[in-house]
Formats: sequence, C-alpha cells, structure tokens
Amino acid sequence: MKQSSRQTRNRRLAGWLSLWVVGMFGFGYALVPLYNIFCEITGLNGKSATLSEASAAPLEVDKSRVVTVEFAVNVSGIPWQVDRPETVRLRVHPGEPVTVRYSAHSLTDSLTAGQAIPSISPARAARHFRKTECFCFTRQELQARESRMMPVTFVVDPALPDEVKTITLSYAVYPAPDVKLTSS
Amino acid sequence: MTSTVADHHHDEVPKGITRWLFTTNHKDIGTLYLWFAFIMFLVGGAMSLIIRTELFQPGLQVVDPHFFNQMTTVHALVMVFGAVMPGFVGFANWMIPMMIGAPDMALPRLNNWSFWLLPPAALLLIISLFVPGGGPAAGWTLYPPLSSQGGMGVDFTIFTVHLLGMSSILGSINIIATILNMRAPGMTLMKMPLFVWTWLITAFLLLAAIPVFAGAVTMLLTDRHFGTAFFDPAGGGDPVLFQHIFWFFGHPEVYILILPAFGIISQVIPTFSRKPLFGYTSMVFASVGIAFLSFIVWAHHMYTVGMPLSGELFFMYATMLIAIPTGVKIFNWLATMWRGSMTFETPMLYAIACVALFTVGGLTGLTMSITPADFQYHDTYYIVAHFHYTIFAGSVLGMLAGVYYWLPKWTGHMYDETLGKWHFWLTVIGFNITFFPQHFLGLAGMPRRIPDYALQFADFNQVSTIGAFIMGFAQLILLVVVVKAIRGGKEASSEVWENPEGLEWTVPSPPPYHTFATPPQVR
Repeated sequence: MKQSSRQTRNRRLAGWLSLWVVGMFGFGYALVPLYNIFCEITGLNGKSATLSEASAAPLEVDKSRVVTVEFAVNVSGIPWQVDRPETVRLRVHPGEPVTVRYSAHSLTDSLTAGQAIPSISPARAARHFRKTECFCFTRQELQARESRMMPVTFVVDPALPDEVKTITLSYAVYPAPDVKLTSS
Repeated sequence: MTSTVADHHHDEVPKGITRWLFTTNHKDIGTLYLWFAFIMFLVGGAMSLIIRTELFQPGLQVVDPHFFNQMTTVHALVMVFGAVMPGFVGFANWMIPMMIGAPDMALPRLNNWSFWLLPPAALLLIISLFVPGGGPAAGWTLYPPLSSQGGMGVDFTIFTVHLLGMSSILGSINIIATILNMRAPGMTLMKMPLFVWTWLITAFLLLAAIPVFAGAVTMLLTDRHFGTAFFDPAGGGDPVLFQHIFWFFGHPEVYILILPAFGIISQVIPTFSRKPLFGYTSMVFASVGIAFLSFIVWAHHMYTVGMPLSGELFFMYATMLIAIPTGVKIFNWLATMWRGSMTFETPMLYAIACVALFTVGGLTGLTMSITPADFQYHDTYYIVAHFHYTIFAGSVLGMLAGVYYWLPKWTGHMYDETLGKWHFWLTVIGFNITFFPQHFLGLAGMPRRIPDYALQFADFNQVSTIGAFIMGFAQLILLVVVVKAIRGGKEASSEVWENPEGLEWTVPSPPPYHTFATPPQVR
C-alpha cells in the first residue's frame, strides 16, 4: 500500500517537473520577442525602429551643435550594386531633417528582390536617429539591369547625448527572405 | 522480519550483457555512468593533447587549422556534456539512494533510459568528425553566424545536444523525485548530506537551463534548414540574440558542473578532518544563493558585444555578488579543517587541492567580472586558464576526491594508496604547469582558439604542452587504480574511514545489490 502511494507521488512529481521543462523550452522561444522588444525600446544593439512618427512634432533645430553622420552599405548574396550617397560624410545640426539618396543597380538580367537592414553605430545613438523615410526592412524589387534611387530622410534628435559626435548609418542588403518571385 | 527473506532472494545479481542493458538498479546505472564519463574523459583528453601538440611551436605543424578548430570545439563538448555531467550523475545514482536511505531511485526504468541515451549521443558527436565538412568548428558555444554556415557536422552536434539534454532532464527529474519522496523516516531536508543538497539544487538548475539550450539549438537548426531567421540578420534576426539565449543556459551550466563537486568535498573534508562540517546551514543557503545568482549574470560572457553602460554595470555587480556565497563555502571548508585531526589520504589531498585551486579560478573570475578589465581578457588564454581552474580544478578534482573516497565502498577493496598519491601529484603538478602559464599568455594578448601564435608566446606554450602531457598520461594511473581495486586488494570495512558520517557507511562494502529495502530510522 505504502509502496504504491509512493509510486503515485513519484509519478505525479515527475509529471509536474516535465511540465516545467516544457515551459522552460517555451521560455527559450519567448526570449526572442522579448529581446526584440527590449532592443527596440532601448535602441540596444544599434537596432532602430523601422520608421518613427517623430515628424508629428517638429523638433527644434539646434544650430549650435554639429553632428557628423556617415553612410555605409554592404551587399551580400544578391547581384546588386548599391552605392552610398555622394556625400558619404555629412555634417548636420540636430533637429534639421536631411534627405540623402542611396542608389541601387541590378547587375543581372532577371527580376531580383532584396531588402536592406539598417544599423546605427554607436548603439546609444540609435534611439536618437529618427528616420522619417527609408527603404529599410521592406522588400525592394529591381527589374533586369534596373537602377533606382533609394532616399532616406532622417532627423538627429537634439536629445542625442553630448558625447556622441559621429553617427554611422549602415545598411546591409540581402536577398529578400521569400525566394519565390512573382513577375510584376 | 519477512523482508530479510525477500532481500536474500533479490540479491541474486543478473549476469551477462543484459544485466547492463536492462538494469534498473541504481548502483549498476551509477557504474555505467561513471565508466561512460571516464571513457569520455580520456577521449576529450586525447583531443586536448592534439591541441597542445599543435601549440607546442608557433606555425602550423601537426594538424590543419580547420581540424584544430574542430578539436577545440569537440574537446569542450565531450568534456562538459560527456565527462563531467554524466560523471556527477553517476555519483548521484550510486550515492544519493544510499545517503538518504532509499532502496533505489524513484523512477528506475526512466533511470535506465537516461543512461542509454548517452552512448548514441556520444557516437553522433564522434561521427560528426568524419562527415563531409568535418565536425563542428565554431567553438562549443556554437555562435552563429559561424555555426549556421558549418557543414553537416553542426547538425550532428545539434542532435547530440538534444539527446544529451534529454538524458540530463530525465536524470534530473529522477533525482528530484528521489530526494523529495524517497528519504528514510527522520531524514529531514536539513539533515541531508550536503552532496544530496547540492545535487537537488543542481537538478533544478538543469531543469531550468537545459530546455532553454535545447530551444536555442533548435532555432539554429531551423535557421540552417527550414528558412527561419532567428539569428540571421538577412531575415531580420540577430546573432547576438543567440549569445543571450546561449549564456542564459551557459552560466547556470557552469554551476551545474561545479555544485556537485562542492557537495563531494563537503563530505570528504569533514571525514579526514575528523570534525563535523562547519556551517552546514550556511552551506545550504550559499548553494541556493549561487544557483539563484547564476540566472542573472549571463551577459558577463558578452561584455564586448556593445551593451549599454547600465547593462554592463548591472552584470558586473551581479557577477561580483557571486563571490560572497562562494567565499562562504571556501571559508566553511577552511573552518572545518581548522584544528581538525587531519590526515592526508588521497581523497583528502584531492579535496584540499580542489579548494585551493578552485580559489585561484574564482579569483581570476572576479578579475574578469570587472567590465573594463574584461575587454582585455576577452577571448584570450586568460579565459582558458580561468575556466580550467574552475572546471578541472573544481569539478574534476572534486570528482576524483569522490572516486577515491567511495571506491572502497563501491568495490569492497581498498585502492592502492601509493598509486593514488602518484596520480594525485602528477595530476596536480601537471595541471598547474599546463594552465598557470596560460594566465600570462592571455594577459600578453594571445587569443584563444587559434592554431598559430606570435613568436613571443612560444616559451610559455611549450611549458604548457609539457604539463598537458604529464597531466594527460597521469590519468591512466586512475584506470590502473580502479581496475586493481575491482579485482582485489585489502578488504574494506563497512566504515572504510575513521568514523565517517552518513548512511552509506552503515552498509557493508561492497554494498549488497539492494540496500535499504527496509528504510533505516534516522535520529
């Protein structure tokens, strides 16, 4: 009698512990969205929000301060040539909206689709670098040998920490995730 | 009592290979685990000798760089998941039921399963070295993007991790159920031997950490083959995310590797000091404290990824906090030895070496917790020295203390004390010759996981390689000692040592196949 009740208790405990294991496995996956939310709120890791609606309240231009913004791009895994804006280094006042243009050129005879992932360095500037127009994260399609200008409009928030003198905006261009291409 | 008759009947030990294949006996399974761990220890050790041979001279002499990277990766995986973890589970199987007065583990069939998952897992990892593209070469941490680009070997490794993880999870469930449900009457939680306590905590750590790791490698697998993009920036993922998830598992993992060793030496030191353990309650709470802290310090492994200042500060202070419960333990062991009637048999020598050398590893750990200093130490040989001082000098020396301490109990024969002492001195001296110079190499800037190095590092590397060969071949003495003790030698009494504490010393040496069929009464 005692033997069997002990067995029941053992099995019940094992059951609860297995449930806990399944929960922790799920927690591992839950870390993914948690991490992304955390990064987006804090601007950690140079992740900047896709587009900010900061334009609603125009920022005051701080003429007394000058910040250097640098532009970089690199392409991997897709037959495109993407060029940086003509001025690779721009001196801007915080608060003033600036537009620069990257240019993309397809090097192949068929339709290709890519996407650009932006990253801001140093990471703590990410939150203060507001893009009001950009081509990030969205699928971009280029016809055979097509060239296209891709504009980016941004404002450097005057709340940018004083010690940040230079901000680098870097795009990495990859093939768009879905391989299937619908002819447009 | 009628149970004596039943006991006698049960004491027939099954014969042949099926005994080991189908066994549900905790002692048999413990033995299987220990032999498995020992074989893996030799395999992993052989790999480390390949690494050290290549590093004997600057330049590339013995192996090609890709194979070198496979060796550093597989050496670590074999040692962590194949040698140290199963080794401690072996101890748990053998000792926990005997220490708490239970007839067997709570779930004996599950116990058989958790062992027999290990050999296929090990095989899978070894096979990975021979598939096209070779074994995993991204380091045991399997960081993407390197690990998402490796060949088939990486997939083998991922499945190895799944199997080993399942095995540890099943083992942990069993250990928790045994400790919580199977204690003899009167064996309250706060009367349990410290080895049982540390294993209870370790088992909970395993249940919390291993599933997260299983999740991380599953994400890696789907990234590699099924078009997900958890860690691939091209699809909006982030490789740094892997590091966070990995170390959320990885830091508790290192305490999983060390806590049972703390438990073993907390059994050994009182016996040979002939004094009860100093500060039992504080030992228990220090272990719980270490376990808790282990989950909030993971990012100290990744100070250099570009965290914000507040993050670096948090992880720095939290990491430094760990020194407090660990210090409590170290000082409790010292206080146990203080004014004890100490003798220095091999288990005690190992326990003392474990305390002394682990303290060195703890100290270098503290220096690395300081964020700005860590920027210099990161990914250098200083790290290699640090974790070998903790995992080898802490976990492995602790385990060896346990082997010598309980070997007479397991086999019924005293081991050869002279050979034991030889094994001890060669291991400890070889260990220090191997790893102490690596502190200097690291501080001078020698990066780890690279088969070649600049000329000025040559001398210390040669010293280190010589030490590694001394330490490596010394382990064969252990094999001789164990085989000799199994085959014969001086009969061991049931107490073996002078008035040791614990229920395991109340049963004969070797213990009958089934012990404590009638639970003992603990006062």
